[in-house]
Amino acid sequence: MEKFDVIVVGAGLAGLAAAWTLAGEGVEAVVLERGDYPGSKNLSGGRLYLNPVRDLFPGLWDEAPLERAIVREGATLMARNRSFSFHYTGSELRAEKPQSHSILRSKFDRWFAERVEERGGMILAKTLVTDLVRENGRVCGVVAGGDELRADVVVACDGVLSLLPEKAGLRAPSRPHDYAVGVKEVIRLDPAVINDRFGVADGEGAAHLYAGDITKGLFGGGFLYTNRDSVSLGLVVAIEDVAKEEAAGDIPALFESFKARPEIEPLIRGGQTVEYGAHVIPEGGYRSLSRLCGDGILAAGDSAGFALNLGFTVRGMEYALASGHHAAKAVIEAKKAGRYDAATLSVYRKFLEDSFVLQDFKTFQETPRVLSNPHLFGHYPELIGNLMRDLYTVPAGPKSPIFTTLRRHLTLSRLWTILKDAKEVTKI
Amino acid sequence: MTDLKAKLGLNVFKPLPAPHIRIRAGMERDPRLRAAVRACPAGLYAEGADGVFTLTIDGCLECGTCRIACGTAVLDWGYPEGGAGVQFRFG
Repeated sequence: MEKFDVIVVGAGLAGLAAAWTLAGEGVEAVVLERGDYPGSKNLSGGRLYLNPVRDLFPGLWDEAPLERAIVREGATLMARNRSFSFHYTGSELRAEKPQSHSILRSKFDRWFAERVEERGGMILAKTLVTDLVRENGRVCGVVAGGDELRADVVVACDGVLSLLPEKAGLRAPSRPHDYAVGVKEVIRLDPAVINDRFGVADGEGAAHLYAGDITKGLFGGGFLYTNRDSVSLGLVVAIEDVAKEEAAGDIPALFESFKARPEIEPLIRGGQTVEYGAHVIPEGGYRSLSRLCGDGILAAGDSAGFALNLGFTVRGMEYALASGHHAAKAVIEAKKAGRYDAATLSVYRKFLEDSFVLQDFKTFQETPRVLSNPHLFGHYPELIGNLMRDLYTVPAGPKSPIFTTLRRHLTLSRLWTILKDAKEVTKI
Repeated sequence: MTDLKAKLGLNVFKPLPAPHIRIRAGMERDPRLRAAVRACPAGLYAEGADGVFTLTIDGCLECGTCRIACGTAVLDWGYPEGGAGVQFRFG
């Protein structure tokens, strides 16, 4: 029977980060990946913030297949028939080491897997893990392709559905409340056209988020990231919300309406869609994280629930990379101790508490609840849109004083609503 | 590009030897499946006039939305075997 030191399930960012770190320390690790090749089942919106993880993977980034450094940020509040946008740029975004890049996971993960193999890590693709092997209540391997593969410890990086942690009793089955579904098209455009449309130079890119009528009042929003010769255009909606009977439209229809908006259509005009994908996103924050380890098993990345929506920034990939890295560090500690029980492996939690990962999740534990306020997806976009309309409109007759226009929209009851919502915003 | 079937046709799919997601026997009329009709990004679930829900697995993006939306009491849910199903070239 095959026996490894460590089995990592899933060649996503968490799994590859774990394997890269283990291989660097000479620990024998095998990554089991169900796709044709690493990356082939992986999909993200497409933006990686490097600052928190740069130093965890020394030497990795210089040659990495990153798409464009994000130098322009933007957001749009979408009302039914109008919208309000802002853009931000700053010298720090154009720094020698930019803080974030757009990436395409199939390319990036495949490349990262090759770096893992160069360090001596082993990756077995086309290998679906269907179950855990347990003895006396502790995990001691996996079932893959009908065969038992044994290991001292299993690192579950099996993605957002978290099937292995669920089997190991580290978490309850997923609740619709804690997840959103994201859909995305990769739309090919000439790099020079991208530069012109988004006001960037070669190698530079833009990121833009959208909220409001595009989700018909449901929790969620849209995103656009520029890649080297394509844009990633996507829409995210809470699963619990879209499943409701009264929800306006299904996911594919909402996405097509979003693409047809006059704010979006000119940005993708003439582009050629080359792929349509979907992915589930953890939205529950700190309260819906898995237990991070059990006897013989650790969970990292989406599988542990490590994604965080902060409104202005939507993050998951750097939490996956860092949690995979710290899971590997914990395995190395356990190997030194010669014990792989939950108590020994729990050093993983301590590593995460000392890092940005759990510190961020604790800091922002109220954010998912505050951001789920339906006013953000209907009331405020309409209010701001209508206010802007009246400020910019020049009527045939005389124009009202600006203050009268403001007061017409910002009535006492609306100001009261804003005040109440603003009180919640103090918690994020 | 607006037609969903044509859009799915842009993706690379490796043949599925068997459906990896099935509506459990006897659950074909369960109202919990209506959530998947609305939420499936590939539009693979449908409700017939007779109230019977059907699932066509070809074009599945393996996102897991239906597993979360409907639950495993009505769906027998798994990933395709290794190397089968959607293969993202961009991701």
